[in-house]
Amino acid sequence: MRFTRSKALAVGAALALSLAACGDAGEDDAGEDVEVAENAAEDFEDGTRMKEIAESGKISVGVKFDQPGLGFKGATDDIPKGFDVEIAKILVADLGIDPNDPDIWVETISDNREPFLQEGRVDLVLASYSITEDRRKVVGQAGPYMVTGQQLLVPADSDIESIDDLKGKEVCSVTGSTSIDRINEQGAKGVGFDSYSECVQKVLDGTVEGMSTDGSILAGFAAQNEGQLKVVGEEFSEENIGVGYSQDSPEMCEWINETLTEAFEDGTWAEAFESTLGPSGVETPEPPTLDECV
Amino acid sequence: MNAVLDNLDLYFRGFGYTLFLFLASGVLSMVLGTLLVAFRVGPIAVLSKAAAFYVTMVRNTPLVIVFAFFSFAAPVLDIKFNWLQVRFGDFDLTAFFGAAVVSLSLYTSAFVCEALRSGVNAVPLGQAEAARAIGLPFSGVMTQVVLPQAFRASVPPLASVQIALIKNTSVAAVFGVAEAVSQMRTLTNSFSSERTAIFVAFAIGYIVLVELFSFAANRLERHWRIA
Repeated sequence: MRFTRSKALAVGAALALSLAACGDAGEDDAGEDVEVAENAAEDFEDGTRMKEIAESGKISVGVKFDQPGLGFKGATDDIPKGFDVEIAKILVADLGIDPNDPDIWVETISDNREPFLQEGRVDLVLASYSITEDRRKVVGQAGPYMVTGQQLLVPADSDIESIDDLKGKEVCSVTGSTSIDRINEQGAKGVGFDSYSECVQKVLDGTVEGMSTDGSILAGFAAQNEGQLKVVGEEFSEENIGVGYSQDSPEMCEWINETLTEAFEDGTWAEAFESTLGPSGVETPEPPTLDECV
Repeated sequence: MNAVLDNLDLYFRGFGYTLFLFLASGVLSMVLGTLLVAFRVGPIAVLSKAAAFYVTMVRNTPLVIVFAFFSFAAPVLDIKFNWLQVRFGDFDLTAFFGAAVVSLSLYTSAFVCEALRSGVNAVPLGQAEAARAIGLPFSGVMTQVVLPQAFRASVPPLASVQIALIKNTSVAAVFGVAEAVSQMRTLTNSFSSERTAIFVAFAIGYIVLVELFSFAANRLERHWRIA
């Protein structure tokens, strides 16, 4: 009896070890490792939201799950990966929380980012979240930590060189996105699908001549479909991608800006960019200038 | 409310597409549904079985899957709607519109068939027997005697099916048609601070469409009851 019990224990321990090993292996390709701040709660003043989060050790961050290079979670991934996620990890780690905990990451789509912040379902949003005047009426937005612009993705053998060649024609993007508005402003006709990968499909099967959204997203798809698709044209819009937080805790803005400035200066920002958007051929730019906190 | 009032052209263009989708697929689904019910109650076993199979299969398929089939699988099988290039003033009815109408019509026709079948069952058997007795062929029995009575009997369920169709057109929002829901999402994205007002404005649009249609269906029902 005793013998079998100890054997069972040994087997159990071995199992646990091998599972832990699996976990480690999974984390290796989950992006850059960031250093988790120790005793982070002591760094913040009493009564701030950062202190509250650091003390409780719990934070929820809203990111996209369907944008390769920015925020993407495959079926077998524990945590999403991409540039947005890497920046979020830097912020999370600064609060003394391990960013490899899958419970932190919540999927936000374009439509629910403000409601999620207002209801407190997420503490931060880093989901290719363009800073706009109107959004700043209902949520706080710090940053930008990235400036991108819209380009075109067309078949590799296409003659199209810029959005001007597509005036009056249909250009695919995601329903209800800012990209669709910009396409319409340029005189083309935006048609909407549920996700960018569906648009890629429509470009490949020839229903539309091109699709358009942020260049960084398109570069990822061009890399996935090498030889079939290419990114063309000058950027015809400028989007400032920022960090969303709740207006109930305006003190977060200063903290986000400080942490981002640190990341700009010590090179972690550039590292995050290279490891996520670098492989699809986007050159690492200079860090953008942060907006002042109000 | 300003977001909607400042963009009334988008609002009406959105519901314009919704209306076009509804009218085109409404008519097509009625035609196809009538054909299906004629097959189903007809004397030819093969057609009857085929119609029953079609209804069972389509009714068990979610609408989004039907849409996805005609948007993604059909082009691979070389079923494309690129030939469709119709312009109505501000409205472009292109391949996406074509695929949406085909998806909605095929889906709704199964429900039309079943609603009409309930109407056919409501026609007393003696009517069909009498029609056959005076020498009408099956097509005559159906078009002259059974279907006119069946349509009258099945106005309420048919109206329900078509009302569901009005709302089902919203699925086209994520399949390339800039109809009402698609415009709503564009507006909520650009004017996040007025999310609720925008949502209410578009809900009212749908209520108006559905109420107008129910009113027409009610009048038709009353008209036919007296006749």
